[in-house]
Amino acid sequence: MISMTPRKDISMQRTVLTPVFSVLLTLCVGAGIFAVLGYDPSAALYQFFVAPLSRPDQVADLFVKACPLIIIATGLAFCYRANVWNIGAEGQIVMGAVCAGGVALFFPAIPDLLMMPAMIIAAMAGGMALAFIPGILKTRFNTNEILVSLMLTYVAALFIDWLVRGPWRDPESFGFPLTKSYGDAALIQRVELPGIGTIGQLHWGVVAALALAVAAYFVMSKTVFGFQVKVMGDAPRAGRFSGFNPARTTLGVLCLSGACAGVAGMVEVSANMGQLQPEVSFGYGFTAIIVAFLARLNPLGVIMAGLVVALAELGGDRAQMALGMPKVVTGLFTGILLFLLLAGETFNRYHVQINWPRFDQLKSGQLKSDEEG
Amino acid sequence: MTHAHSAISAETAPVLEAVGITKSFGDFRANDAVSFAIKPGEIHALLGENGAGKSTFVKLVYGLLQPDAGQFFCHGNPLSISGPQQARQLGIGMVFQHFSLFESLSVAENIQLALPAGEVLTSLSARIRELSDAYGLAVDPDAYVYDLSVGQQQRVEVMRCLLQNPSLLIMDEPTSVLTPQETKQLFAVLRRFADKGMAVLFISHKLDEIRALTSRATVLRRGRNVGTMDTKGKSNRQLAELMVGSEVADISRHKEPGKLAGTPPVCRITKLQRPKSTAFAVALDDISFCANAGEILAIAGISGNGQDELMAALSGEWQPPTGDVIVLEGTDISHFNPAARRRAGVGVVPEERNGHAAVPSMRLSDNALLTHHSLGQTVRHGVIDHTATKAIAAQIIQAFDVRVPNDDPMAAALSGGNLQKFVVGREILKSPRLLVVAQPTWGVDVGAAVSIRTAMLDLAANGSAVIMISQDLEEVFAIANKIAVLHDGRLSDVMPADQVTAEQIGLLMGGDDARLGASR
Amino acid sequence: MMDALILTVILTSIPLILAATGELIAERSGVLNLGVEGMMLMGAVAAFAITSLSGNPYLGVMAAAAAGAMTAAIFAVFTLGLATNQVATGLALTIFGTGLSGLVGAPFIGGTVDGLQAVSIPVLSDLPVLGGLLFQLDLLAYGAFVMLALVAWFLNKSRAGLILRAVGNNHDSAHALGYSVLRVRCAAVIFGGLMAGLAGAYLPLVLTPHWSEGMTAGRGWIALALVVFASWMPSRILVGALLFGGITIIQLVGQARGWEMPSQFLSMLPYLATIAVLVLISRDRNFALMRAPAHLGRIFIGTR
Repeated sequence: MISMTPRKDISMQRTVLTPVFSVLLTLCVGAGIFAVLGYDPSAALYQFFVAPLSRPDQVADLFVKACPLIIIATGLAFCYRANVWNIGAEGQIVMGAVCAGGVALFFPAIPDLLMMPAMIIAAMAGGMALAFIPGILKTRFNTNEILVSLMLTYVAALFIDWLVRGPWRDPESFGFPLTKSYGDAALIQRVELPGIGTIGQLHWGVVAALALAVAAYFVMSKTVFGFQVKVMGDAPRAGRFSGFNPARTTLGVLCLSGACAGVAGMVEVSANMGQLQPEVSFGYGFTAIIVAFLARLNPLGVIMAGLVVALAELGGDRAQMALGMPKVVTGLFTGILLFLLLAGETFNRYHVQINWPRFDQLKSGQLKSDEEG
Repeated sequence: MTHAHSAISAETAPVLEAVGITKSFGDFRANDAVSFAIKPGEIHALLGENGAGKSTFVKLVYGLLQPDAGQFFCHGNPLSISGPQQARQLGIGMVFQHFSLFESLSVAENIQLALPAGEVLTSLSARIRELSDAYGLAVDPDAYVYDLSVGQQQRVEVMRCLLQNPSLLIMDEPTSVLTPQETKQLFAVLRRFADKGMAVLFISHKLDEIRALTSRATVLRRGRNVGTMDTKGKSNRQLAELMVGSEVADISRHKEPGKLAGTPPVCRITKLQRPKSTAFAVALDDISFCANAGEILAIAGISGNGQDELMAALSGEWQPPTGDVIVLEGTDISHFNPAARRRAGVGVVPEERNGHAAVPSMRLSDNALLTHHSLGQTVRHGVIDHTATKAIAAQIIQAFDVRVPNDDPMAAALSGGNLQKFVVGREILKSPRLLVVAQPTWGVDVGAAVSIRTAMLDLAANGSAVIMISQDLEEVFAIANKIAVLHDGRLSDVMPADQVTAEQIGLLMGGDDARLGASR
Repeated sequence: MMDALILTVILTSIPLILAATGELIAERSGVLNLGVEGMMLMGAVAAFAITSLSGNPYLGVMAAAAAGAMTAAIFAVFTLGLATNQVATGLALTIFGTGLSGLVGAPFIGGTVDGLQAVSIPVLSDLPVLGGLLFQLDLLAYGAFVMLALVAWFLNKSRAGLILRAVGNNHDSAHALGYSVLRVRCAAVIFGGLMAGLAGAYLPLVLTPHWSEGMTAGRGWIALALVVFASWMPSRILVGALLFGGITIIQLVGQARGWEMPSQFLSMLPYLATIAVLVLISRDRNFALMRAPAHLGRIFIGTR
């Protein structure tokens, strides 16, 4: 029916054009769906993609929204490139936030300058620890890391729920499930530019996220570790031949992505909330997976992809306010975009031919295939 | 079209007759006017080295491929076999080397899946037991396949064929995965088939087995039928000669006998043991040999006799549990992983260039990095120097005449021969003390083959040792100084190439025990 | 009080049973469809919308099945037709389904419907204790149990089920024997979607008769866990569904009553148990072959 033969070379042209084409097609399909359901397509598209960018502080907020996505997706890019499917970023975010929160709340005596680094280290450790579990289970017992990491997201969510309602609850919170507020040293401050002041909600976490993505790009393309990740993902046998260890690669990328997710959790709490609550991640762990794919697993692409997805999220907020559209509609765009991008990948890597089945072939039996192989 | 036809009488009309079967892949003629006949009740061997055309022929019979010319006949009637399903309907059953079984299902379910719809499971179990008794083919319909030994699994495959009432059963190298006991049991079963009038086409390269089991044999060499004969009364020697051809040893050799004779060996392998890792693997048994400076040592043998395992042991992808097994110029490298072995001066070219020796989706500069990253010039403090990797790739391309579409293409964009030149050149350019290479010119065009062999000769001439695992006897005699034969995981004595004949090698490849095993 | 609690547990388990049964078939054929949540939501919105517009909840159920099947068809086109990555495509499906259902359902927010009524089974519903619990349910609930039994029979006793299991165990062997791997998987995936749609329908038509975005609240993910917990065996889905369903209730009850500590840890148990099951399955290669579809999630491209 559909036959696919691998292409011999991947042209630069195709690699760049496919995502662009996918974005445009997504806009068309989205607009079409809006129209069918009775919304004004151009008004909707405007609210989604243009309105959120109309003022500098709104652009800054775009970066703020993209910040956790960029951090998490950067780590996931390494993981997926190595063919290790970490789906548990959502839980690793939580554990990172919890561990950083633990430092902030129970060691307030740490000198101010050291507080942030201590929290970062704690966050990395928390995320890494949770990600380590599917890793060790995979390398030791060959357990499927998709399902294990997914299950652990629930465990982590329940854990923080317990902590925040129980032992860590602020006695003065009137029964609300909230911890005490962090001290100032544990908070991430807004960026203040001389003469301009703050821009929207822009905070230093954003700067860190961008720096991380750039650094990750460097690691992925210019270091032996990045090379190892790519080889083990593309051709594990060649990787072993080259001297790389499969188990160490798996654990390495899982810990790396767990650490990134953990830091993202810490950043979100310290920049936007200032205390722990039962929900510190709003599906970022899953959205970041989409971002990683949109970025085609390239850390620099993660910045762009993160901004696109954040734009869709902010756009969804505006569309809700202005047009009465439900908030979840952003998912419509990101979902379609990802479908089209994945299909685009296939067209990039394979020469696809659709052979309409011949009538006489259809006649000869239900479950037999057309090809003998 | 006139053709020689066997005796017409119905009783002895051949079950299958091939007349002038020809099949080419591009320029390569896999089968060249092959003609022979298989009579009912006959166990007929199809004998030949790898690449002789056996598997192509069998795929033609089973309908997986179509012949370019020639015709098959069954009981005197012309056949056209469009696919495996039709082949099965025509009464041709085939047991492949790699089984198509479902491990989590029962034997009866596995068999049911191979039959057309309509078989009820309970009556199937009864039929299975019936056939099982009739042929001595012990198969328990209720057992789960993952629980079965390889020999038992093979019996399930045979049973699948049996239930479709074949008049011809083809078995492709069946004994390569069996223990001696299981082999005996299989032979008993096959003899019963023959007694009941079924014909068996038995593909093998094991001469003893062929003489013990079969009544007639057809020998293929380079796609041609070089003889169909009775096997009773033939010696191993005669069969081997046919299989290998005596003209091989006449190929001139342009190398000098070990220039540096007298120096200690570059690499000494002592009592290398490796148990089977999976049911389909081959155990390595007590392998010992030396590779000397200035020499090319060829390890000949039909593939599937331990070459993959030996290769992994030499490259470092598998390490022996004890030390002192592999010693390179005084250093015990038994525990070294591949990167460490490279640092010690070992260059390795695995058999499979796509996905093992090279990553098809990566550029040549990255593929150069694959075996250079532990060596220092391309990597500093973990950071890759891409200019250096590109330079190395360019050097290889230039020195080994690798034809490339642009400066730094993806490995997948190269033809097989050119990629092989690159992969071999990548190692030779490092001037390794020891070069280990498997099937250096497999699937490679003549021009590339010549360059690769010349490069290996030059490397040896410069004082390195070369271990070449090859199933191509012409290549072995063309460039090797010393030859040993690997059969069933055991290595024969190492013999000087100019003191051994092709038929002796053929005998050893076929498992003739007379000169096998240094420690036996 | 106890009766009401047990009835709630049973009712809560119905969507899980429906969704898990469908996903089980898909996974047994070798396809991992992470888009269950999205398919359930499409089913829920279709059920609510059609019931609201037509007044007939049974039409709503049918619409839900169709919606789920069509959503699954999108997944099939990409993963089976174009060989895209199953994990990514499944996630995209969840996000897409959540979004589209929200959009379609927007006009219906705040409305309410007359959902499926309970149907008493004569004689059996008069039994003490069990009568009230098991035999006075709505038709979709009975349907869930019936489907589970049918699927169990299908997998183990029918030829088509045998082929499905074979494809999931070793798609290369199945292809070598002449079976169309892609066609089998496509049918399995669409069935999975149909069941997920029905599962989604149960929410607005029985459990909470209104529509709100994302009203499945993670049940699709729980159904995925349930399939693994049940070791891909239909008989265990029933037990698992009651367990997972029950645990959710316990957590709510615990919170309401102020049991701070035990409830969250109790709620963790099903997920930890699922991980334990996974490890046990994978450790023993033979046990693994018996249980997990060996080729789960692997892309199949028929080679010539």
